[in-house]
Amino acid sequence: MAKYLAKRLAQSLIAILGITVVVFVILHLTGDPVELMVSPTTSREQMDILRQEMGFNDPLPQQYLRFLKGAVVGDFGTSYYYNEPAMRVVMERVPATLELAVAALAIAVVLGIPAGVLSAVKRNSLSDGVIRVLALLGQCLPAFWLGIMLIMAFSVNLGWLSTGGNSEGWRSLIMPAFTLGLFSAATICRLLRSNMIEVLGKEYIDVARAKGLRGSVVVMKHAFKNAFSSILTMLGMQFASLLGGSVITETVFAWPGIGRLVIQSIQSSDFAVVECIVFLLAVVFVVINFVVDVLYSVINPRVRLQ
Amino acid sequence: MKALWRSLKQSKTGMIGLAIVLVVVVCAIFAYQLAPCDPLQQDLMNKLHDPAWTATGTQEHLLGTDQLGRDVLSRLLVGARITLLVALAGTVVGGVVGVVLGCLAGYYGGWVDAVLMRLVDIQLCFPFTLLALFIAAVLGGSLGNVILIAGITSWVRYARLVRGEILSIKESEYIEAIRAEGGSDARIIFRHILPNVISSVIVIATLEMAKIVLMEASLSFLGYGVPVTIPTWGRMLSEARANMVSNPWQCILPGLCITLTVLGVNLLGDWLRDYLDPKLDV
Repeated sequence: MAKYLAKRLAQSLIAILGITVVVFVILHLTGDPVELMVSPTTSREQMDILRQEMGFNDPLPQQYLRFLKGAVVGDFGTSYYYNEPAMRVVMERVPATLELAVAALAIAVVLGIPAGVLSAVKRNSLSDGVIRVLALLGQCLPAFWLGIMLIMAFSVNLGWLSTGGNSEGWRSLIMPAFTLGLFSAATICRLLRSNMIEVLGKEYIDVARAKGLRGSVVVMKHAFKNAFSSILTMLGMQFASLLGGSVITETVFAWPGIGRLVIQSIQSSDFAVVECIVFLLAVVFVVINFVVDVLYSVINPRVRLQ
Repeated sequence: MKALWRSLKQSKTGMIGLAIVLVVVVCAIFAYQLAPCDPLQQDLMNKLHDPAWTATGTQEHLLGTDQLGRDVLSRLLVGARITLLVALAGTVVGGVVGVVLGCLAGYYGGWVDAVLMRLVDIQLCFPFTLLALFIAAVLGGSLGNVILIAGITSWVRYARLVRGEILSIKESEYIEAIRAEGGSDARIIFRHILPNVISSVIVIATLEMAKIVLMEASLSFLGYGVPVTIPTWGRMLSEARANMVSNPWQCILPGLCITLTVLGVNLLGDWLRDYLDPKLDV
């Protein structure tokens, strides 16, 4: 176990280091950061001085090391737009995005798991057919369209919910969370269905049934438990992708989280904030993956040997 | 080929998928012949018309006009062209890069494999939408760049798949025999290994194509897709948002096109997987 942990930890660290290189390189393709910071009337000489002062004339490896040192302590420079440290700007928006992602994951689990189990147990029935069609649609609907349609139905026509923002508690949370969570619900449902069908065909399930156990016990205690372990890995990935996928949902619903912030920052060329968000999300992704892998290896020790 | 067609005829969902995809392809190829108007022609006197079947619609514009008086049907048809172009070209770019890198990693192993697989790990850490948006913002919006982004965000799945398959094939006896005969690496890879993995690659390509359609639409919706002068479904939807209360059809129609196209490609992909490679885990 210790060896497996060490190997996974090393892989995660390399991935994080790689992320810093990618973010650094992409940002250097954006052109001269000094031009973004100054007014159009600034003279060439003044810009040269600024460039020298901010270290943009240094060799790239040196600039990268400085960037890396900053990233380690969470210093991504100052946001030109907010005139505050980029990290602080981002951190102020993190709770809203977390709230949305957790709610979306809850919706995905509550809808996806029962639907997947039911669909597998009642295979080829009418309910299975309906669930499969809905799950497929859930994977095909573009989030921005679904969001707009929900706003049109529930805010504009029925007047039940607010059109955007997060000031009205659950009333403002429910539509964005559903929009964001539907794709994950569909993914969970489809994967769980195929896993359950596979497990339900195994001999030990026949044995359990032959012992005279009740159908619900066989399904929940024997089949679901085994089918679920492979869903666990996916749940971690889904949560991480919900955090990143919130860009579109937050834009549609004017939700004040990091997804909307990243769009606004890209529009205003505020790259310190963009780089901070991309880096943070990638690191969260690595950490979640690491934790899920370790959990998975505890549930299923065979993984460690591979 | 006959067996393929027979299997498709037996699969209802596969047939539906094929029908949808064929309609999109025909619309895309003959977009300018089918379009009743110039998709860029503005007519501010006739802006924001509803479709012909509504009370306020006119027969002149079957699906109505947008906020600048442009014909919605014509824009949807030309939009199909862009969607299809980006989806096909993006899939080819991602597929070729992924398959080549996957071959190199799987066949040669060692540091080539280590470096490429770490690259895969790193790429998988970036949320898909955010990575696409980040690159689009940096490179700027152009048709070529959107295709490039589609390729960059999709090569990983091919690379992992091909690498895995090659690892399991390359030690097999028939490959050993070819090597003993003096077969070159290129011959082994292209003549003997690739044909074995091509069916899985086709399945992945179909499913990735559906994702690319969604990605292109998302980028256009957020304003980072192809330039404004090219009509796309995502941008039509984004522009129609401002009038969603007075002209809901403007929002409904482009979204419907995107959803149906993705559905068609996915249905076709699901059938292809069942036919070509039922064990493939996608």
